[in-house]
Amino acid sequence: MVPVSYYLVLSAILFALGVVGFLIKRNLITLFMSIELMLNAVNLAFVAFAWQWKSLNGQVFVFFVMVVAAAEAAVGLAIIIAVFRTRETLNVDRVNLLKL
Amino acid sequence: MLQLVLFFVFGTIAVAAAVNLLAQRHPINSALSLVVVMASVAMLFLLMGAEFLAAIQVIVYAGAIMVLFVFVIMLLNAGEEERTAGSRVAKRLGFPAVVLLAGLLAWTLLTRNQHPATVELSGRFVGSPVAIAQLIFRDFLLPFEVTSVLILVAIMGAVVLASPAGTTTGRGSPEQPPAKREE
Amino acid sequence: MGLTVTTFVVISVIKIVIALVVLLTAVAYTTWLERKLVGHIQNRWGPKRVGPFGLLQPLADGLKFIFKEDLTPPHVYKPLYIAAPILSLALALTSISLVPIGNWVEVGGVYTPIEITDVNIGLLIILGITSLGVYGIALAGWSSNSKYSLLGGLRASAQMVSYEIALGLSLVGVLIMSGSLNLREIVDMQGGHMWAWIPRWNIFRGQIVAFFVYLAAAFAETNRVPFDLPEAESELVAGYHTEYSSMKFAMFFMAEYANMITVASIATLLFLGGWHGPLFGPWWLQNILPVFWFALKVFGFIFLYIWVRGTLPRFRYDQLMAFGWKFLFPLAVANVLVTSLIVALQK
Repeated sequence: MVPVSYYLVLSAILFALGVVGFLIKRNLITLFMSIELMLNAVNLAFVAFAWQWKSLNGQVFVFFVMVVAAAEAAVGLAIIIAVFRTRETLNVDRVNLLKL
Repeated sequence: MLQLVLFFVFGTIAVAAAVNLLAQRHPINSALSLVVVMASVAMLFLLMGAEFLAAIQVIVYAGAIMVLFVFVIMLLNAGEEERTAGSRVAKRLGFPAVVLLAGLLAWTLLTRNQHPATVELSGRFVGSPVAIAQLIFRDFLLPFEVTSVLILVAIMGAVVLASPAGTTTGRGSPEQPPAKREE
Repeated sequence: MGLTVTTFVVISVIKIVIALVVLLTAVAYTTWLERKLVGHIQNRWGPKRVGPFGLLQPLADGLKFIFKEDLTPPHVYKPLYIAAPILSLALALTSISLVPIGNWVEVGGVYTPIEITDVNIGLLIILGITSLGVYGIALAGWSSNSKYSLLGGLRASAQMVSYEIALGLSLVGVLIMSGSLNLREIVDMQGGHMWAWIPRWNIFRGQIVAFFVYLAAAFAETNRVPFDLPEAESELVAGYHTEYSSMKFAMFFMAEYANMITVASIATLLFLGGWHGPLFGPWWLQNILPVFWFALKVFGFIFLYIWVRGTLPRFRYDQLMAFGWKFLFPLAVANVLVTSLIVALQK
């Protein structure tokens, strides 16, 4: 049988990878994908805790996290499209002035 | 025993794909690595008995949200990342940071979580659609209805933000009158 | 059932091999059927030279595909170019593993159902595989690095994602009436007759609107006429598989027909009563007859597919998207509402 702590350590590793991806990547879309990776790691932790405490509330919360992630991905990608339309670049180092 | 093997297989695939997401320079490769991460997380959900969530993870996350990402990458024709000064510094500090952060979280989780259930998972605990539906539609009904409003707001926001500048009806709508000709 | 692990593995492997062989043969002969039927609709013969009634035509086509030059254009993005048809075909062949075809049978002392696996959430997994099928097309269109492919790929993906919603919602009515996502349980609830001679299929028990929504959404999901604009020759050369030749094109082709067969199987399981039909004769006939009825219903559905292909013109793209979002989706939601009201009032 697999101890719950194994799942939690895996979730921690994925979360750390997501945080570092968010900090070091320069492409806007890859940045966004690192956020989705962090959300996935958190979902894994929620389901692990739901198993540990034998309560389905954790799984319901994962359901809501997924819905929020979907809404956030839609709006965030629309913002990225708008930024690309005006600045013509997806590099975060170039999107650093309020005025074009 | 089989569960331990499967956990390690899917855990390794997930971590390898996440590292690949960081290592690739072209965003399409990162997007596909993220799809692999999501699929392996879905398998891990199945291992923990969350069958409904595993199916929803594949349908919603890997099958809709990541398709949206791939669409945007295709539409914007995002090329490979350039190597600027900022990215080099970020990479040199990045990998020690991963190890530090992951190690800190793992140490906290392993030493502070003293519940005896952390030692072994036993018994059959299945998140079937019936059970989850009973929770969503009774105890969590208000958040469920609020998320529907949230999705509506997100749809409207995305349509407004992504439509061409200056118009929300779009310049290509077929109801526009033909251009006037000088006679 | 007292099955040991090795027995279970051996039986599963045998079933997988049989299912794959049957599915690939079915795909090949669906192409023959299509060419024959469309030919007759258009007042011509269709294939008739290669073997009696042209029955060896798929074999000739397969040999042709193997012998064609496998050209990889230099401007494509190679990893995804090669992976896309593999992904499409793999996903199309996987969904057959969840489809139950007949009752439990006893073969050589082992009591086993005629399906590869019996999963409690079988229908959701099939919907998930359909959702993942968009990737094969989107990646093929993008990696081919050509304007026709990209446009075809984007159009096809947008169409598939939009009609997935109507597809899923049209099945919710059946799920409300059956109370389970398990495909075998849904079929078991359609056994027997009502009013003495009408079988208790879901299509006769009030899901007729859902059946037509499912039909339209399924045509769009498999990129078939009247929704086949992404592949239309007069419009986009060949859409997302313009730059593909020989075996890779054959894989897309097979994936499309395998998707058609999967969609037809789901329709028979959920709406047409699965393998229920008149049973008669000795015990060995009684085991084979359910499979025969299932195959007959799937054949009828595919016949309908091909008939519509020979008859209807294709939608323009904006008409197609408007139909999916503004007509099918509200209709499917209305169906769910009415069904749940009726079921709730009956309790």
